[in-house]
Amino acid sequence: MADRRFSRRDFLKAGGVGIAGATLFGVAGCGEEQGGGQGGGPEGLMPRGDIRIVMVTHGTAADPFWSVVKTGTDQAASDMGVTVDYRAPERFNVVDIQRNMDAAIASQPSGIAMTIVDPDALAGSAREAANEGIPVVVLNTGQPLWEEVGAITYVGQTEFDAGLEAGKRMAEEGVQNALCVNQEQGNVALEERCAGFTEGLGGNVRELAVQGVDPTAAENSIKTALRNDPDLDGMLTLGPQGALPALQALESGGNEDLMFATFDLAPQVLNAVRDGKILFAIDQQQFLQGYLPVVFLTTYAQYGVTPVNEVATGPRFVTQNEAEDVIELTKQGVR
Amino acid sequence: MAQSATGGKPVRDVGALRRLLTRPELAAVAGSILVFAFFAVVAGDYGFLTTAGAASYLEVAAQLGIVAVPVALLMIAGEFDLSVGSMVGAAGMIIAISVSEYGLPLLVGVLLAFAVALVVGFLNGYLVIKTGLPSFIVTLGMLFALRGLTIGFARLLTGRTQIGLGDSGSGVMQTLFAGSIGDFPVSIIWWFALAVLGTYVLQRTVFGNWIFGAGGDANAARNVGVPVSRVKITLFMCTAASAALLATIQVLDAGSADVLRGTLLELQAIAAAVIGGVLLTGGYGSVIGALFGALIFGMVQQGIFFTGVSTDWFQVFVGVMLLIAVMFNNVIRRRAAEAR
Repeated sequence: MADRRFSRRDFLKAGGVGIAGATLFGVAGCGEEQGGGQGGGPEGLMPRGDIRIVMVTHGTAADPFWSVVKTGTDQAASDMGVTVDYRAPERFNVVDIQRNMDAAIASQPSGIAMTIVDPDALAGSAREAANEGIPVVVLNTGQPLWEEVGAITYVGQTEFDAGLEAGKRMAEEGVQNALCVNQEQGNVALEERCAGFTEGLGGNVRELAVQGVDPTAAENSIKTALRNDPDLDGMLTLGPQGALPALQALESGGNEDLMFATFDLAPQVLNAVRDGKILFAIDQQQFLQGYLPVVFLTTYAQYGVTPVNEVATGPRFVTQNEAEDVIELTKQGVR
Repeated sequence: MAQSATGGKPVRDVGALRRLLTRPELAAVAGSILVFAFFAVVAGDYGFLTTAGAASYLEVAAQLGIVAVPVALLMIAGEFDLSVGSMVGAAGMIIAISVSEYGLPLLVGVLLAFAVALVVGFLNGYLVIKTGLPSFIVTLGMLFALRGLTIGFARLLTGRTQIGLGDSGSGVMQTLFAGSIGDFPVSIIWWFALAVLGTYVLQRTVFGNWIFGAGGDANAARNVGVPVSRVKITLFMCTAASAALLATIQVLDAGSADVLRGTLLELQAIAAAVIGGVLLTGGYGSVIGALFGALIFGMVQQGIFFTGVSTDWFQVFVGVMLLIAVMFNNVIRRRAAEAR
């Protein structure tokens, strides 16, 4: 099995050299007519039209959050004039992501943008790509690892710190007993948010797991939890699939003074922020997590330049005064 | 009895009590009482017994029940529909996109969703009949395809996968699908109404006899003139339409649609029907049973939130309670059969 893998990869490597050579000849041969890709600026090491970036993530297209990331990716591809292949499993599955990475490495792209959602399974793939000489940008998850695996940079937010900041903000508002609503139990990022929140708040935090895909069940679960614990004075939801049912639950009764905040944006979440029903919504500006890796990999392939540190896209707190502006942008799927 | 496909045969006169004991839904009724008693004892002090508590689990049960009723009928006719969950996601998205992206009136969006649902249901039925493949496989294919189409089109048309309905203050529609009477949402009325209609059709009409016939022995039924294909295709259209109805209720109630809505609903609906005494092999069962099956499911699903137990154990709890309910059902059913 391992042998076959090696031979295939060697073959592809040889092919890659061949293609690179042919490209060089081609460029030399028709120097007059080429003006790089569609993008402006000097061509550098390779024209933009020849750049192909593969993005391998755990973000399924159905997820509202990843939907925005992908919009960012598509926008960057068209702005940069490069080709981007986006690959994500239809259901969260680390083995599938690993296979996608194998395929991506074998295709010898100009760069790979990836999430390291499971370090044990995917750090190896990231290292392999780097060893093959493919520049890697880590996005969204994998912040502690990007340097170690040999990636050129990281674009994203640390979930724990974002939760921590949210907790501190809530504590400033006087919250002591809070509910942390998890709409997708088993997702490590969400658990990190809750853990950070617990530490930041410094008070009591109770976790409540609800079913994100069934708004009625989620709403009734939250309603019951609020009703049964009148001491609750704060609530944090970890995404729109928890936030929208929570809003409904609050509308039909519940503690008037309860401070409610949420992770991630959606149109109704922002409406509620504007109307003062939600204290703040945490934006990790994931459009940039799709957009920037493509830009960085393009400039790296062309000119060899890249940021030297990681790029933090969040947490940004959206509060009442700027909600109105953000609402339009959410409708367009960019925030 | 009204359940036999041939009918008309004189039946030995049996006592009312014995007739009650041999009804397929009896066990589900007993199971409901068991589950209710369990939570009344364990969570009675935490609001399970209040009207608000009842509204909480009844709403969840109602939404499942709306789909479980036609799914039970289809299962009695010997077929599965695994695509209902995906249909809920698709129909919800159709409504939200037509209203918020294209500015169509809510009614048009809802009608569009029902039209698509009927087409999908027809396609399911037609493929099952024409190919002779098990409906389990055909509708499993539809489960994936429909969910994929929903995601693909939502992304293509709006760039998003979760869409708000905006301010569609359309009063009549809101009252009809997402209104409430006191603490209780109208979806409960839809649930009961559909169960009554389903029971009437199954027990009191020719079509009901055809359903039992198609599920019992399709060939024999064909030989005595039952239009088996028509019965099955009609029922597939009914399950899809019920998914569209649920989607309408959910979208109006939650104010948004999400491409993942309805995930796993197909299995919950089948579970509700089976708890309610419908045989997985078809030919036997009742709609009232499915109603109580959905009630059990709703109580079990929401009950844990009243107990204050850590929700980390939620799925264990649901699984174990359902197994207990079904095993209890089986014991009751066997007792009833022996008593015959």
